[in-house]
Amino acid sequence: MIRFNQVCKRYPGGYQALKDVSFDIAEGEMVFLTGHSGAGKSTLLKLIAAIERPNSGSVLVNNQNVGVLKGGALPYLRRNLGIIFQDHKLLFDRSVFDNVLLPLQICGFDHRESAKRVRAALDKVGLIKREKANPIALSGGEQQRLCIARAIVNRPAILLADEPTGNLDAAYAQEIMAIFKSFHQVGVTLLISTHDEIALQDAGVRVLALKHGELQYDSSGVPSAEPFDFAQNMLAETSGGSGQS
Amino acid sequence: MHAFAQHLSVLRTVLQRMFVSPLAGLLNILVIGIALSLPAGMYTLLQNAQGLVAQLSGTPQISLFLAMDAKADDIDHLRKQLAQHHAVARSEFVDRAQALEQLKQSTGLADVISGLKQNPLPDAFIVYPKQSDAKSLDELRNELAKSPMVEQVQLDSAWAYKLEALLKFGRVAVLILASLLSLALIAVTFNTIRLQILTQRDEIEVAKLIGATNGFIRRPFVYFGVAQGLLGGIAAWLIVTASLLLLNHQLSALTQLYTSQFVLQPLSAGDSLSLLLFSVYLGWLGAWLSVARHLSQIEPR
Repeated sequence: MIRFNQVCKRYPGGYQALKDVSFDIAEGEMVFLTGHSGAGKSTLLKLIAAIERPNSGSVLVNNQNVGVLKGGALPYLRRNLGIIFQDHKLLFDRSVFDNVLLPLQICGFDHRESAKRVRAALDKVGLIKREKANPIALSGGEQQRLCIARAIVNRPAILLADEPTGNLDAAYAQEIMAIFKSFHQVGVTLLISTHDEIALQDAGVRVLALKHGELQYDSSGVPSAEPFDFAQNMLAETSGGSGQS
Repeated sequence: MHAFAQHLSVLRTVLQRMFVSPLAGLLNILVIGIALSLPAGMYTLLQNAQGLVAQLSGTPQISLFLAMDAKADDIDHLRKQLAQHHAVARSEFVDRAQALEQLKQSTGLADVISGLKQNPLPDAFIVYPKQSDAKSLDELRNELAKSPMVEQVQLDSAWAYKLEALLKFGRVAVLILASLLSLALIAVTFNTIRLQILTQRDEIEVAKLIGATNGFIRRPFVYFGVAQGLLGGIAAWLIVTASLLLLNHQLSALTQLYTSQFVLQPLSAGDSLSLLLFSVYLGWLGAWLSVARHLSQIEPR
């Protein structure tokens, strides 16, 4: 479903965000992407949505090389992706309902069908009672859930989430991870970047770990106890501030 | 049908946006209306003046006044010459006695004329030329002036041609004014849309991120430009029509003194439609240019 082939990304100014990254995510897989801040997690997700383009290597989504997509084809790629942004990117000039409605308006759904889908999505994330509220009146956790509702309302095959639990306390984070799990169960391909240790402990979920732009670790094929250890070790090492010599 | 509903919903959004800042929108419409009413109004006045000229001048004629001592032979000779002339369509001889009779009947100066000892009028020919442009009329006049026994040649509609030349000058002036003001209107719409795009930067960015095509993003702005152009055009039409009504009111007092029935005609249906379409076109163009220029600068990061 998603394939990275020796992908390098260097930003103007010389900063090397990704170095020679290769991996393959199958349809219906749920994958966590972890690593210290600045390791390249956000860049990797942006490459999938063609918000950034690789300098070399190829990024394939649905066997389509998104690195060379023309501007006119981008919208149709992005309609197949649900993206949950680190900074939510909600629109505060309209209600919760209208925020979720936007992707459907863009795709040209008719009014009645849209309303049904918006309510279903809001129901899924537990915001059905807040549909008339302005997103600014929502708590951080609710805003995050609203962002999820907007990402899934279009029923995309692939869901990308950039630190969806970054600023939330453990209870909220767990709630949101549970929502992602339920999408996984109905066959959605998920790639979630996270620091959440509890989530990373989850046996059976594949973990990709980045370090300084390189793919340090891929848990696929490794016995289920190990991903957690490795990831946690790496996090401890980087959050301690001193690198391995 | 469902695409139609989509366009309708865009239109609704646009109208809502207009009502968010009614004063600014109204001022814009007023600016467009005034700027368009200037050339449109001048054009209407020119059209009216042209109608007046056409009504007054009719077909051009040249009057040949013969010398007082012209004999019947001379007159016959001249008649033959005129009949064979390549530039003359036809000619008419006006006997001096007949002319005096006409003068008596048409002016009410009968008493004065009867008191005259002799007929002061000369024999005359009225010549209808084939060509009616100023240059060939002039040539013909000069040529006829050289004929023997011709005392004076008068081109009756010379003044009308001068006026028409003046009107042509006026038309060019209106065209220049209209072009300049059109550019100004495009700039007004361009800037309005630019400000809108800046205030809706977040929405545009999000829309691009979740798969909006450029057409989808462009649509509300272009519709806004078109709606603003249409309303501005209607404002211009109202200004021109109201001004003409006001002028006609004053004009009726003036024309009564001249015992004339002249009334300024309002913009014709065709001209009104052209005015509205042109205004819509300017709004569309300004919005389109602005969107093309500014949307590409907003790319999601």
